[in-house]
Amino acid sequence: MGLNESFFGQKFGITERDLENYLSEALSAGGDYADLYFEYLATSSISLDESIVKSATQGVSLGVGVRVISGERTGYAYSDDLSSDKIRKAARTAALIASGPSKTIKTGLETVKTKDLYPVLVPPIERSLEERVALVRRADVAAREYDPRVFQVQVSYGDSLRHVLIASSDGRLAYDRQPMARLNVSVLAKEEHGTPHRGYAGGGGRVSLDFFLTEKTPEYFAREAARQAIIQLKAAETPAGETTVVLGPGWPGILLHEAVGHGLEADFNRKGVSAFSNRIGQQVASPLCTVVDDGTIPGRRGSLNTDDEGIPTQRNVLIENGILRGYLTDKLSGRIMGRTSTGSGRRESYQHIPMPRMTNTFMLAGESDPEEIIRSVKKGIYCATFGGGQVDITSGNFVFSASESYLIEDGKLTRPLRDATLIGNGPEAMRHISMVGNDLRLDEGIGICGKEGQSVPVGVGIPTVRIDRMTVGGTA
Amino acid sequence: MSNHPYEELAARVVRLALERGATDAECTVVEGDEFSVNIRMQDVESLKEAGSRGVGLRVLQGKRTGSAYTSDLSDDGIDRMIRSAMDLVAVTTEDPYAGLPDPSELGSLSADLGLFSDDIPQLKTEFKIEQARRAEEAALAFDPRIANSEGASFDSYTGIRAFANSRGFSGSYRSSSCSISAVPVARQGESMERDYWYSVARGYAGLEDAAEIGRKAAQRAIRRLGARKVATQKAPVVFDPRVARSLLDNIFEAVNGDAVYRKASFLAGKLGEKIASEKVTVIDDATIPFLFGSSPFDDEGVPSRRTVVIEKGVLKSYLLNTYTARKLGMKTTGNASRGITGSAGIGHGNFYLEKGDISPEKLIASVKNGFYVTELMGFGVNTVTGDYSRGAAGLWIEDGELAYPVSEVTIAGNLKQMLCDVEAVADDLEFRGSVAAPTLLIGEMTISGH
Repeated sequence: MGLNESFFGQKFGITERDLENYLSEALSAGGDYADLYFEYLATSSISLDESIVKSATQGVSLGVGVRVISGERTGYAYSDDLSSDKIRKAARTAALIASGPSKTIKTGLETVKTKDLYPVLVPPIERSLEERVALVRRADVAAREYDPRVFQVQVSYGDSLRHVLIASSDGRLAYDRQPMARLNVSVLAKEEHGTPHRGYAGGGGRVSLDFFLTEKTPEYFAREAARQAIIQLKAAETPAGETTVVLGPGWPGILLHEAVGHGLEADFNRKGVSAFSNRIGQQVASPLCTVVDDGTIPGRRGSLNTDDEGIPTQRNVLIENGILRGYLTDKLSGRIMGRTSTGSGRRESYQHIPMPRMTNTFMLAGESDPEEIIRSVKKGIYCATFGGGQVDITSGNFVFSASESYLIEDGKLTRPLRDATLIGNGPEAMRHISMVGNDLRLDEGIGICGKEGQSVPVGVGIPTVRIDRMTVGGTA
Repeated sequence: MSNHPYEELAARVVRLALERGATDAECTVVEGDEFSVNIRMQDVESLKEAGSRGVGLRVLQGKRTGSAYTSDLSDDGIDRMIRSAMDLVAVTTEDPYAGLPDPSELGSLSADLGLFSDDIPQLKTEFKIEQARRAEEAALAFDPRIANSEGASFDSYTGIRAFANSRGFSGSYRSSSCSISAVPVARQGESMERDYWYSVARGYAGLEDAAEIGRKAAQRAIRRLGARKVATQKAPVVFDPRVARSLLDNIFEAVNGDAVYRKASFLAGKLGEKIASEKVTVIDDATIPFLFGSSPFDDEGVPSRRTVVIEKGVLKSYLLNTYTARKLGMKTTGNASRGITGSAGIGHGNFYLEKGDISPEKLIASVKNGFYVTELMGFGVNTVTGDYSRGAAGLWIEDGELAYPVSEVTIAGNLKQMLCDVEAVADDLEFRGSVAAPTLLIGEMTISGH
């Protein structure tokens, strides 16, 4: 595809000449590198509550971000107006980070060849509103039918389509069209005179609307949310203190995101502020653990054809058989550390400076039978589903909250437990992994990762694993 | 005094929506300019300067609603937004409680709340860089164990928010903020810890000294070095003001009208009941000059006010917008909040725990064996059930003295019980943002360690 046929060429008449002029303007004070990130984002959302479609919103935002790198310094400016003089003004503002004679840029931008990981013919946002409203209604009905104790159901559906164009002073030009859709169901259930409990489920990805009609239906998410709320009705107090923890497959992979992933982002490591700094080649996890970050899985929430710096994403091995292999690198950290970008430069929008981020982070399957892993535990807890997590990358301490967990007694799941936070130290917890199941599963597509005020969609995954020791924040 | 052009724009969008068949409409227009500079190891790491705008519309046709937004303020962009909102009206359901506030409830405070400070646009870039540099320099110089830094920054913002609706309201206000923060990293042997400190104000004149911010951050990082786990036990827990504030966030979620009418709050149905210790009085006040939770009107055009939420342990009021008030058969408390579009949710003004009469030092001295928490991690608070379980770090209290640093533990309990177990509230209330609480003591929680 040439620029003329691209979204920004067609809709805004942007030419290669324009891009070169803006990049020249950005390097007019002598920066080493400059790039432009054009973004057009259309979103829609529908929410249902008390069986009423109470609100629906759609909208559009667009703009361009101009970045200039001079040594280790970054200058950044953006404009929500794509007129030539506004973009030039932003370029001149960003240029001020450097102080030297202007640089001439290479002419003749070369289009970056990318994969086609989400070849969605019709993005969900271009389907009719009625079709999308039907999804939330179906979920509402299914959640209420699941059990009469369900008394509140909230369903929300949101989708978006983002067009990006990235041009850089090293002569590269990349385009992408990034669809996203997500359905969420939140349920409250109670016994006749009891207290309410919540259940939640959701999912989606860079998929077409048909995903919700054929693969993961509104009924699937609704029943799952209702099931969790009903289980909570019988949940007992969670034990307090150190115990053996078995994580179920899928979303509990958030453990890897918190315990390992953030600590391996190159910006923290070049600054020496991560618990994993300067540890490449060292044993940082049990030999059973191989952890990858892979932005190239078709249709996944964390996947991207090109990262937000115009570099195609790839599969990066972070930990191989327990040995630390690599960091997640963007262009700036790559320049400073003498490495190449791993396709990990991401940003929330044109208003944000890119930085190293995860895509889909997961552990490869091991050999143990998941049943056998549970049977191996005399006393401990089994975590099937989690809420969110957080890490302090400097100390390495991380937490995540278990929203569906069970007590394990003599190798059997005996009763459901109430919400509790688990805390551990990244490198230490990874060394305590003593069994890895053969049942790798990726999450349903709900992850949002926050870092320095920027949110980006991510995925996680993990097989069933046994962690010999972790601190569980219960009350019993 | 002539109205701001954005107020005119908002009013014009409302008129156009009515012409297209909406029976009611409300429109928000925002514009903001941001500046941010990060310094790391005394050199500029990044500098960002830019502005953006947006307009959002919500329309009603009878009891159905639709919303849309755009960053394109051209006539064409506005036209598309209105069409987009009207398209959505067709797919939503009638909601008998939907609607704008009664005209008698609309209005705006006339007093100047000091939300905008003229000094921010005057600050030179070099000066702002220097402030961040001084904060980091002071942190690095504080102690040889501060050997590294995640940097320091100076951020500022100026903006305007305009709002109009079809019941005759139109208003706008400018606001500004600036802040200095520092994040030093301390190291001793194998132990590496970071912490932060910051100051935030409407204008530069309100900020604390940059060097003082750096020193405070360094002191906080240093005192975490060599942290250990403690044994699992039940013990008193002291929340420092920075983490006590998060308890107020939890209380806010529980008195939020949206959660209350859905019965998704452990405080639903408890109005007039004693739900906390007598030491607990919680106020929401959006009328205090200069503070970050203040505004002349809420995001539905209802005047801001002071609401007593909990008085000496008794739940006095929920925080409501027009919709949740109608659902509960009550009156709006002027707490409507939204970005630029969609149906309004609930926000707070300056939401705080009233201070007590002892010093934080005396409060700590009253604890024989307990946990002084300075940091909380994660999201383990369930405001439906009140279940509370979070990662924590801080200092162990032995015989009334801060004895040694603690980390990698959790504190757990249930908010219902925790509120009743507030045994002391100190006198060190200060606002760094719109939610604030003094140091407080909870009689007993479960601490999980080894």
